[in-house]
Amino acid sequence: MSDQQVAQLVIFGVIAGVIIFGGVRVVTAQNVVRAALYLVLTLAATAALFVLLLAEFVAVVQVLVYVGAVVVLLLFGIMLTRAPIGSTPDLDNKPYRMWGFLAGLVFFGVIGFVLWRHFAEAPALVSSAPSAGSIEAIGRSLVTDWVVPFEAVSMLLLAALIGALAMARKG
Amino acid sequence: MRLISILLLSTALFSIGIYGVLVRRNAVLILMSIELMLNAVNINLIGFGTWLRDTAFVNAQAFALFVIAVAAVEAGIGIAIIIAIYRNRASIAVDELDSMRW
Repeated sequence: MSDQQVAQLVIFGVIAGVIIFGGVRVVTAQNVVRAALYLVLTLAATAALFVLLLAEFVAVVQVLVYVGAVVVLLLFGIMLTRAPIGSTPDLDNKPYRMWGFLAGLVFFGVIGFVLWRHFAEAPALVSSAPSAGSIEAIGRSLVTDWVVPFEAVSMLLLAALIGALAMARKG
Repeated sequence: MRLISILLLSTALFSIGIYGVLVRRNAVLILMSIELMLNAVNINLIGFGTWLRDTAFVNAQAFALFVIAVAAVEAGIGIAIIIAIYRNRASIAVDELDSMRW
């Protein structure tokens, strides 16, 4: 393997490790605020993975929207619902742990098996060629090919704004 | 780097999200696990987009942007619902909200 491919593999391994570690700590942390911060770690590592795969615009949008807005919203939700600060022992439904683990394992087994059957021999990702004008191409496709979903998402955002206001105000 | 590593990473993250949704009691923590699952879908999309660089990369990125937008919308509405529930019941532990059970 060339030096660049080795470097890609090593960086991908590090990023994947951080993603999986952050994800596992989100669902097993006994402290609500720490779970939110591990979510930040996972989302930021995903943005790094997008940069590795040369999808820089999606990486920046991920940091802006996911880390910058969604996690802040979740932290506000934690604050406004008086979640217990500090370590609390009863954040998990303990009888469900085994079944939850089994469900996750079965899902991973089935989907992983199907993916392995079809894509195990797929060649290595050739992400060495820089894509010319990729952000321009995304912008152009959003207002030509995907204009209907684009406008629909705008209406969805408006509806969500009005709905959240109507639901969460006093009285 | 092979395509299958990215796909297995996304599947593993999705399974971790499934575990979180099933096991957690706090509604905000369940929302966090749902965000993990949507993130896994995005990783899958961008992975396939990078694999099919010449034909589908732009479409994959546009699709991922829509997933991020819808995830943000759903998190906002979810928090509004949770706050409204907390205002009425003083608890957001989902196993205590069982007034509509049989």
